Amino acid sequence: MNVLETFRTGLEAVVSHRLRSALTVLGIMIGITAVILTVGLGEGAQQQVSSQISALGSNLLTVTPGSTTSSEGIRGGFGSASTLTVGDATALSSRVVAPDINAVAPATTVSDSLVAGTTNWTTTVVGTDPSWLTVRGRSMTEGRFIADHDLATRADVVVLGATTAQELFGFRDPVGQTVDVAGQPMSVIGVLNTVGSSSSSSSTSSNPDDQAIVPLTTASALLFGGSSRNSVSQILVQATSAGTLSAAYQEADAELLSLHGITTAASADFTITSEQQVLSTATSVDKTLTVLLGGVAGISLLVGGIGVMNIMLVSVTERIREIGLRKALGATPRVIRRQFLVEASVLGSVGGILGAGLGLLGAAILPHFISDKITISPVATVGAIVIAIGIGIAFGVYPASRAARLAPIDALRSE
Amino acid sequence: MTASKHPGSGSPGPLGDTGEVRVENTGTYPLVRPPVIEAHDVWKTYRNGSLEVDALRGVSFEIRSGEYVAVMGPSGSGKSTLMHILGCLDVPTSGSFFLAGEDVSAMSEEELAHVRNRRIGFVFQQFNLLASMSAWRNVELPLLYAGVERAERKRRALEALERVGLDSRVDHRPGELSGGQQQRVAMARALVTDPDLILADEPTGNLDSVSADDIIGLLADLHRSGRTVVLITHDADVAEAGGRTMRIRDGQLLEGEPAGSGAVGR
Repeated sequence: MNVLETFRTGLEAVVSHRLRSALTVLGIMIGITAVILTVGLGEGAQQQVSSQISALGSNLLTVTPGSTTSSEGIRGGFGSASTLTVGDATALSSRVVAPDINAVAPATTVSDSLVAGTTNWTTTVVGTDPSWLTVRGRSMTEGRFIADHDLATRADVVVLGATTAQELFGFRDPVGQTVDVAGQPMSVIGVLNTVGSSSSSSSTSSNPDDQAIVPLTTASALLFGGSSRNSVSQILVQATSAGTLSAAYQEADAELLSLHGITTAASADFTITSEQQVLSTATSVDKTLTVLLGGVAGISLLVGGIGVMNIMLVSVTERIREIGLRKALGATPRVIRRQFLVEASVLGSVGGILGAGLGLLGAAILPHFISDKITISPVATVGAIVIAIGIGIAFGVYPASRAARLAPIDALRSE
Repeated sequence: MTASKHPGSGSPGPLGDTGEVRVENTGTYPLVRPPVIEAHDVWKTYRNGSLEVDALRGVSFEIRSGEYVAVMGPSGSGKSTLMHILGCLDVPTSGSFFLAGEDVSAMSEEELAHVRNRRIGFVFQQFNLLASMSAWRNVELPLLYAGVERAERKRRALEALERVGLDSRVDHRPGELSGGQQQRVAMARALVTDPDLILADEPTGNLDSVSADDIIGLLADLHRSGRTVVLITHDADVAEAGGRTMRIRDGQLLEGEPAGSGAVGR
């Protein structure tokens, strides 16, 4: 019997047993769809979580003045000391001193009211320099951020958060408008992007979309009046990556200690807080999700595989008489094996294609009904198809091959 | 086999290579009758756990070309086992068994399949038709495994169905046919390859008496046209149709008794 006849025989057997073929295809299809969707949901969740975590700025260090570890029992309020200066920030931004620090932004914050025309809005006013944008990982939706020349000239310019701009100006274009900051008219030069309150970092600002940014020099001269005009209330330090965070911590700590002439770390007049805790939580969440995802995918594959195996085993077992008859009529074991190989391959491929199609369709449609994101994993998709078809063929051909080795009369007699 | 031969046409059959000549049976006494089957001291032992059952105990016999032999015996006598060995569906535990001069006990699985395909036509008590296929598709199956072309297969399948009087039912599935009609489809399948030997195992066991007479008549027709027919039955009336009856009991053959009109002198 040639290849074409074998193929035709197998195909005809598939077509003539419509219900059984349909059930087999359905089993393979559901297995594959389940794997694609569960893995997709898991990966979507993982991506969402890690993007939320990276939005927290996990490579950020915050240096605040005043020791919180005083052994004398007396300590100033948080940030009340004026030990940090713009000079400290400049020193830390040196690539030579601190190679693991990417950017440094000194900042001084105060709560103040902003007035535009008849609208009054109280918000956090931050005095800082151009690096703030990098350190905070922000961008502009409109206009420009404060620049070096604004600092040099103590320009009366302000950059508004999206919420602040909305509150003060409504739907009018805020850029070019004038707003009074603590009684000082300042011109709005830009609006920050929206990040959403969920991404709020552990800074003094509770809502990163509601703040006003002014040049540090302008702020020192006009607004804050600290004990020294060079003092700042915090220095934001961005490590080159999350991995170099602890190295950046060491460098900043050592440099500030030496700048301040302090020999023992216990008497440091500043505190460096990192997002290490957030980071370690994030890492463990990520690990948990990876394990969960692997488990879910494994179980889906197992369940799908067992379903395919059962259907193939049952469908072949109930055909042992047919195998016996075909043998009695002159089919050799090889011909029988080939026929079942063709059948199992056809069923597996059809089920595989339909399953992949349904899975991809589900991944495209489902996110419209549930809030979760589904990410298609090419590895899981291809793996599911290969495994389902592989199991289908293995468990379609193996029992058929065993039945083909039986004496025809034993196969014919089987019930 | 590339072309169909009308049964009994006198042309050399598949045995041509052995130098034997198939002789047309004109209803008178035959000329030369080479043996189709030679069995010498055939034993078949089934092992069921620690229990060994001898289904056949040293059976020896000969069946000559063109004979119509009925094998009779009560249930459990070993007649089905004998039929399975005759049909190469099973192999003997010991002893030798020649089919058309070839030693079957020495054959590989592939060769056995070949022999079943080319030399033997089976008719089973249970019909054993594939329910999902139409009558002519069932009949063409042996030709499929013989490697015959598709168009030729259909032509010969239709021809065989016509011989058994089912030319109006070729596209019906077994489920749409009566028991007698199904058995006739099975008969057509048995004769479509133009085999040396037609083996019928209780072919009337599941049929009403009218259908049974039909099938017995068809077997007699085949015999008249020169086929070797072996019929297995427990029914003495059915066995009477045969030219010779072999009685089997407890795995051993009783004396063969020549009987009936088709008797062959030994």
